[in-house]
Amino acid sequence: MSAPLLSIRGVKTFYGNIMALAGVDLDVCEGEIVTLIGANGAGKSTLMMTICGTPQAREGTILFEGRDITRLPTHEIIRSHIAQAPEGRRIFPRMTVYENLQLGAAVTGFAHFDQDLKRVFTLFPTLAERREQRGGTLSGGEQQMLSIGRALMSRPRLLLLDEPSLGLAPLLVQQIFEAIRNLNEREGLAIFLVEQNAHHALKLAHRGYVLVNGLITLEGAGRELLERPEVREAYLDGGRRRTEQAR
Amino acid sequence: MPNEVASAKPGTNFDVVGALKDAGLAALIAFGLFSLILGLRTEQDQISQQLALIPRPLLLAGAVAVVFAGRFLVALLVRRGGMIDPGALLPHRLTAKLDRLGRFLAPALLAFAIATPFLFYSNRYLLDLGILVLTYVMLGWGLNVVVGLAGLLDLGYVAFYAVGAYSYALIAQHFGLSFWICLPLAGIFAAFWGVLLGFPVLRLRGDYLAIVTLAFGEIIRLVIINWSSLTGGPNGIASIPRPSFFGIPFTDDEHGFAAFFGLEFSSTHRVVFLFYVILALALLTNYATLRLRRLPIGRAWEALREDEIACRSLGINTTHTKLTAFAIGAMIGGIAGSFFATRQGFISPESFVFMESALVLAIVVLGGMGSQLGVAIAALVMIGGFELFRGFEQFRMLVFGVVMVAIMVWRPRGLIANRTPSVFLEQRKVIPAALVEKARR
Ligand SMILES: Nc1ncnc2c1ncn2[C@@H]1O[C@H](COP(=O)(O)OP(=O)(O)OP(=O)(O)O)[C@@H](O)[C@H]1O
Ligand SMILES: [Mg+2]
Repeated sequence: MSAPLLSIRGVKTFYGNIMALAGVDLDVCEGEIVTLIGANGAGKSTLMMTICGTPQAREGTILFEGRDITRLPTHEIIRSHIAQAPEGRRIFPRMTVYENLQLGAAVTGFAHFDQDLKRVFTLFPTLAERREQRGGTLSGGEQQMLSIGRALMSRPRLLLLDEPSLGLAPLLVQQIFEAIRNLNEREGLAIFLVEQNAHHALKLAHRGYVLVNGLITLEGAGRELLERPEVREAYLDGGRRRTEQAR
Repeated sequence: MPNEVASAKPGTNFDVVGALKDAGLAALIAFGLFSLILGLRTEQDQISQQLALIPRPLLLAGAVAVVFAGRFLVALLVRRGGMIDPGALLPHRLTAKLDRLGRFLAPALLAFAIATPFLFYSNRYLLDLGILVLTYVMLGWGLNVVVGLAGLLDLGYVAFYAVGAYSYALIAQHFGLSFWICLPLAGIFAAFWGVLLGFPVLRLRGDYLAIVTLAFGEIIRLVIINWSSLTGGPNGIASIPRPSFFGIPFTDDEHGFAAFFGLEFSSTHRVVFLFYVILALALLTNYATLRLRRLPIGRAWEALREDEIACRSLGINTTHTKLTAFAIGAMIGGIAGSFFATRQGFISPESFVFMESALVLAIVVLGGMGSQLGVAIAALVMIGGFELFRGFEQFRMLVFGVVMVAIMVWRPRGLIANRTPSVFLEQRKVIPAALVEKARR
């Protein structure tokens, strides 16, 4: 395998004195979907944010395309073509869909705005219909599409998605995951996906990591992890049994 | 109390007992509040020079009675369901109309402003008032960049007003430069101070930011008071050069403005000129703000107001964005300040107290954060209203407060609350429109 696109080595992140990441090693290669699963509070979102530089890692290195980005300010990291759809979507509620997308393109200097807009609208046709609607009045699923679309507007070479399926109905989850697969298969976009929905995520991903209390405890191919008893026990069976009961 | 619970249900008959109780409580509170404010009056005895307390039981009783009656009516008629619905207090259609009126209001107001010096040429008082209102419109628009657009609560805006005024006064006096050169210089100075304030508060938001900016405003004022050798301390600076008509002074001799244009000398010429200067400056501010809002930097300000973390994750440099907001807001304040200095001809620290910051902030908030027209109307209402109630002296602030509370209850987001989406890159509209079609198919 060639040198990874994103390479994280021994990263430790602190909130005050509390260690949220206790030395994480992780790689994302060109054209790959990598997923990170873990319990609530394991530090998944922290890892995402650390890649983007808020907060910065106290120890360890993060290389992107061979360049050390560990100590860069956030806006420079984003400018080196990493984009994030952060946890909780964080779209701008009083701005229209169109304006939200414009802000996503802020770092590109609007050089290829039309093309990028077209690409996002093709991927999520609902957004095109709701162009002039205020972000805050979109449904949860539409907001998620907007959040992903906005991230895509900066033409990333690596897309970070933090729980894109959170709070969505199964049909919408499928739609979002379909879009992620499309992006990856058609455009070869590398995607780093944090998910609670472990079953879906591991099926979709080429590789997966399991994060427990700020440490990576397992890694492997997506389908392989899916079969591992410790993963099934902790993240899958419980969930499936519950959904089966619901049926 | 079971019967009270039952009667509180919506749809039941008037709950007289509950309303009476409620009104009684309100009257009690009113009595407590007013007993010292209205019930007693201190007067200095002319002969013995001693303070005498004069009780005013009738006034007090009247005030309490008004509160009781008002509260009783409100409780009886409006509050049957429980909470007061502010919308129910005022006609809904009026609000909708106000929004629609907005479109015609702006050009009408502008035309009125341009015509004012002709309409009220002989009324010096109104012209002066007009200049004052326009100064506050400009200040409001300046602060609007910081508070309304970028969402950075600034309680020390008057500091930049002061910096602009003193910059103009000092530069004009010591270097003899003309108004038109001093004006941008004062603006640049103020912008510099804006950045200076911006740096330490970059990490602060909300309450903390407000406190630090409040302190900043006071610091500037205290420095001005105590740095007597430069600023004249509490005595201020007098005989600041008055503006000339692009080099032609407004004097009563053969080189003056009147003689040059073959007019009879009148001191109103200068007032009219000042009126148009501040009108032009305010319009320039408005134009610049509207332009900036459509540029990426303006969009970044608004995004910053909405969600700072999202801003960062989109690669927007928040440091840069905040500092430019502070700098541009400060610059506008500074320019308004230097106009103030040249109009007054005299400045002292007393003109730059916290009350001024509060007034400008109130204008921005009442106007509807981020709305240019709203700010202009609010400035007109507030400053004009302030003058209107000048005769009431001590009650002026009271009326003022009541109006403010009323507006906030009625329109919690300000007079003109709707944020118009500002689409920039006009021609882009075409392609996505076609896309919409495609998406529907
Ligand atoms: N800003 C913060 N200040 C202090 N502690 C924080 C902060 N953000 C997160 N933490 C703590 O760091 C730990 C990891 O949080 P993180 O948000 O990364 O978890 P997560 O894996 O994303 O969880 P979830 O699945 O619930 O989103 C948690 O214990 C959390 O309480
Ligand atoms: Mg999380």
